[in-house]
Amino acid sequence: MPDAAGGGYWQGVARALRRDPASLASGVVVLLIFALAAFAPWLAPADPYKASMLRRLLPIGSAGFPLGTDELGRDMVSRLMYGGRLSLVMGVLPVLLAFVIGTSVGLFAGYVGGRWNMAIMRVLDVFYAFPSVLLAVAVSGALGPGMSNSLIALTLVFVPQIVRVAESVTTQVRRLDYIDAARMSGAGTLSIVRVHVLGNVLGPVFVYATGLVSVCMILASGLSFLGLGVKPPEPEWGLMLNTLRSAIYVNPWVAALPGAMIFATSIAFNLLADGVRSAMDIRR
Amino acid sequence: MSADSVLAAPTDRGGPAQPLLRVSHLKKRFALRGGGVLEARKYLRAVDDVGFEIAKAETLGMVGESGCGKSTTARLIARLIEPDAGELVFDGDAVGRFGGMALKEFRRNLQMVFQDSAASLNPRLALLDAVAYGPRVHGLSASAARHRAAALLDRVGLAPAQFGARYPHELSGGQRQRVNIARALAFEPRLVILDEAVAALDKSVQAQVLNLLQELKVERGLTYLFISHDLQVVRYLADRVLVMYLGRVVEIGTVARLYGAARHPYTRALLSAVPSMDPSRRTERSPLAGDPPNPIDPPSGCRFRDRCAHAAEVCARIEPALFETVPGHLAACHLDDPASGHPEARVPLASIAMPDGVGA
Repeated sequence: MPDAAGGGYWQGVARALRRDPASLASGVVVLLIFALAAFAPWLAPADPYKASMLRRLLPIGSAGFPLGTDELGRDMVSRLMYGGRLSLVMGVLPVLLAFVIGTSVGLFAGYVGGRWNMAIMRVLDVFYAFPSVLLAVAVSGALGPGMSNSLIALTLVFVPQIVRVAESVTTQVRRLDYIDAARMSGAGTLSIVRVHVLGNVLGPVFVYATGLVSVCMILASGLSFLGLGVKPPEPEWGLMLNTLRSAIYVNPWVAALPGAMIFATSIAFNLLADGVRSAMDIRR
Repeated sequence: MSADSVLAAPTDRGGPAQPLLRVSHLKKRFALRGGGVLEARKYLRAVDDVGFEIAKAETLGMVGESGCGKSTTARLIARLIEPDAGELVFDGDAVGRFGGMALKEFRRNLQMVFQDSAASLNPRLALLDAVAYGPRVHGLSASAARHRAAALLDRVGLAPAQFGARYPHELSGGQRQRVNIARALAFEPRLVILDEAVAALDKSVQAQVLNLLQELKVERGLTYLFISHDLQVVRYLADRVLVMYLGRVVEIGTVARLYGAARHPYTRALLSAVPSMDPSRRTERSPLAGDPPNPIDPPSGCRFRDRCAHAAEVCARIEPALFETVPGHLAACHLDDPASGHPEARVPLASIAMPDGVGA
């Protein structure tokens, strides 16, 4: 029943995505980056940890090192591929967790409304009042350095933002006549939320969350730079960008590579999010 | 209880003489924002002591200006909003009272069609699923619910093979409203509230939907509460008409009485505002001066007195109650009550000047 309709709906979304060149291209880029990161152990040409003082900061195009080497003489191709694993996990996982938590809380607050809504939203406003970077640093610092702690910190940063979007969309949807019509048909709250509210809230929240992935990657890199996230010699794009900072006058192109990866991934995610949003808007 | 008995057509209980629905002393006020700590909280009395009956198999038209409480009354009856006070008796059973009828049971007997055909359909549900949702909720199997939905779509003139898998945005307003009607009929309700159900449609489409509603009514023995601000449509469809003004009922009567010999000055003003095709009946003067008074702070006594040509001293003092002028025709006006103390009271009907275009 509604499930069958959902299948038809998602097929329509996939069809619309394939027809849009920008979404298609950004989708391919995202897949490529994920594949390179996931299969790094098999694809990487060299050991990303193997340092050598003799070949520090080789330029792009050097023999055996197509993208040069970093300040400790490690192969940049391999480090970028391995770095993608941590960067992507740090960029996607907190957003995914915040998406699940935030949507649930937002749905509840928006559908129940009244005092509950007031209580939840005002508490979240307290978190919202801090700039994201500051909040991430503060929580991460309080919990202590380490990757799992920075994951928790980043999740906490994004939960209030996603709750806000989910709550406002839910509040709008709840006032529409089809919710009243469903109530008239004697449906319980759970059924109404599942069939009539969730489907219409998930879309906008999903698109918003996709846009947060790039922000999250950049925040994670910032935490690593401050010594609160990933620690050297672990390759991670943000951390690499920071350690290569000193080489910016010696070999600027190599130093810019991790930044270029962050940039390309963020752009691809944002374009994909835009494409998904317009594909999901069936009232075009 | 098996799924079939859950969705079996509800049966008549009290016989044809017993009203299908009796609404009495229905009240709802909404608290307004801005009431401070020291300032008394203000309330908008959206529906203020409304009472009426709907007979079996009749169409009761409900008319009035926008903001007079028509839709709120409908939503109060459907219990989409909780009333502050009031009682509903459905075919002899008090709704939501101990020993009476449970709310869920009441809602199965009562369905509603809303004005905004687009907002009343979930954009994510295919039409067949939208119609089948209600029966599914009540425990019908997926295939049986789809079967029922297909039959209903077919009945309202949308071929299920062609339209069943479509989404609301692919339909025209008239087609969407047909789907809404099909959904409302999925439970075999006895009473259908049509809240401005054709107001947003083109005139030609409106006529088609009205004819469909008439056919369905006869076919299924339905009773309609038809809310509209379009007096022509109400005249076409309704058996009796109820006129609301600022949250109160000011006049109830049969279509013939109301359109021929309306008693309340407000009803007469409304009727004279209906556009006429006859040039000789055109009028330059506005039948009603000014906007309706603020419902937060209505005038004392009769709420219509600010705009009434017959307002007298008594109108400011005493709020007129519904007074039966002719059997079955009630109006809330001091003019009709010989004992009211109004100087013009009990004037023979003919001598009260009827506005142009009415009563001819």
